Amino acid sequence: MNTAANKLKALSLDVAALRRDFPILHQTVGDKPLCYLDNAATSQKPRAVIEAVERYYRQDNANIHRGVHTLAERATAAYESARERIAGFLNAAHNEEVVFLRGTTEAINLVAQSWARPRLQPGDEVLITELEHHSNIVPWQLVCEQTGATLRAVEVNEAGELDLDSFEAAIARRPRLFAVGHVSNALGTINPLSHLIQRAHAHGVPVLVDGAQATPHLAVDVQALGCDFYAFSGHKMYGPTGIGALWARRELLEEMPPWQGGGEMIKMVSIDRSIWNDVPHKFEAGTPNIAGAIGLAAAADYIESVGIEAIAAREDELLSHATEALNDLGGIRIIGTSEKKAAVVSFVVEGVHPHDLGTILDSEGVAIRAGHHCAMPLMEKLGLVATARASMAFYNTKEEIDTLATALQKAKNILG
Amino acid sequence: MDLKDLYHEIIVDHNRRPRNFRRIENPTRVSEGYNPLCGDKLKLYVVIEDGIIQDVAFEGSGCAISMASASLLTERLKGKPAAEAEDLFGQMHDLLTGKGEGADTEKLGKLAALEGVKEYPSRVKCATLSWHTLHAALHGEDIATTE
Repeated sequence: MNTAANKLKALSLDVAALRRDFPILHQTVGDKPLCYLDNAATSQKPRAVIEAVERYYRQDNANIHRGVHTLAERATAAYESARERIAGFLNAAHNEEVVFLRGTTEAINLVAQSWARPRLQPGDEVLITELEHHSNIVPWQLVCEQTGATLRAVEVNEAGELDLDSFEAAIARRPRLFAVGHVSNALGTINPLSHLIQRAHAHGVPVLVDGAQATPHLAVDVQALGCDFYAFSGHKMYGPTGIGALWARRELLEEMPPWQGGGEMIKMVSIDRSIWNDVPHKFEAGTPNIAGAIGLAAAADYIESVGIEAIAAREDELLSHATEALNDLGGIRIIGTSEKKAAVVSFVVEGVHPHDLGTILDSEGVAIRAGHHCAMPLMEKLGLVATARASMAFYNTKEEIDTLATALQKAKNILG
Repeated sequence: MDLKDLYHEIIVDHNRRPRNFRRIENPTRVSEGYNPLCGDKLKLYVVIEDGIIQDVAFEGSGCAISMASASLLTERLKGKPAAEAEDLFGQMHDLLTGKGEGADTEKLGKLAALEGVKEYPSRVKCATLSWHTLHAALHGEDIATTE
């Protein structure tokens, strides 16, 4: 897409009207209007999502896949149509390639334990990157410890981009799996995923993508990407917490043993053995988060109604505005200057610790994140203890970013 | 809640120019404090001779509250009996966690400037870190955390 077309798409959004879809935005914190700039931690929920969850509990609540009564049938239909909706959202080839889970973390742990653990042997490698969130590091550490495999990481450069030479060298060692984030939560870097996947596959290495930060910002087409596993969370994309999904190619899911046992994941149980249910139910032991899945489907509908390209274009505009506003203040260093970035600005202010910033900004109604962003290895690599992070969603305004800048100036005056 | 109560001028001053911010080569006690939530880290060195804290200093990095708290701690304890440090640890704990009725703010002097944190639950641990580290040092423990 060219820039002119992007601008047009962003302009087509009626932001004031869209903000009315999000009840939580219209409140004061202390006596200041809320400026919610912590969307990479979790996004706010539109009325359509809140009402879908509420409607389910008011009208349709029943356990699924078992009952023969009307409510059970309605609940089952709603849950399975949510799966169909999410399959469509990711452009999956088959609905049963979508496994509903608690979120990205659980999805990655499922792949680590069910797919990787039986395959890994001492001497094998698992490859991640230095950009990863802890949720795409620790599950691999655990499975490496269990199997004697070794965990390696692709290096990042000073701009916060993956070092492609380091990647080439590492992938040529033919690790058993490459697990990589689509978009960095700490710095906003958008990784060149198609290239990485193509190169990994050229070496016969399957690829898992942590898409937690991507689904709210980019169109995700798992078939076009060609990845093998794609994990994401509902709450980052305007859906409820406690729901997310793993997409995996059907043949991979079919090969994988169940991870957790219980109801729903079986066809037949006797004391000495059981027969597993078909995919994806094999991986959904116990009563699932039915309302969450329905809310997630409503979130996908909402994103589609706004238009993911318009959202991306709008967020690009906000990113440019924030980058300029922070640079204009002086004494601020932006961390992560990749050319391709989601609307995340990580920064440090000379003489002011990020946690002090967090408190002072909060007194102006501005919500940001301060800390290591669950990416301690990345912080160490960049020689930082912590950063402050403002992360924008399409419903944020330039005025809110200006409020952030004013509040930063106040922090500098108090402590700088 | 007023930010001025949190970022009292004494705190701002001690953050800008932390006192006793240095390494002691041959301490009789040393302990590391770590706040896993913020990543604040500090190392506290103590020299105790005949029950008296002859020297105390710290190194590390952290927010204004944790730096100022450590700085004020060292300033206050230098030359004092080690037994007094323990008593002060208890008083500071009460003051910072808002169980402050027992804490005599007049007796605490400059340390009372830290009292503002009790209104900011997410920041209390920043202020208590150096005190936990001191407590660990005095009890011969290598590491203190605020968890």
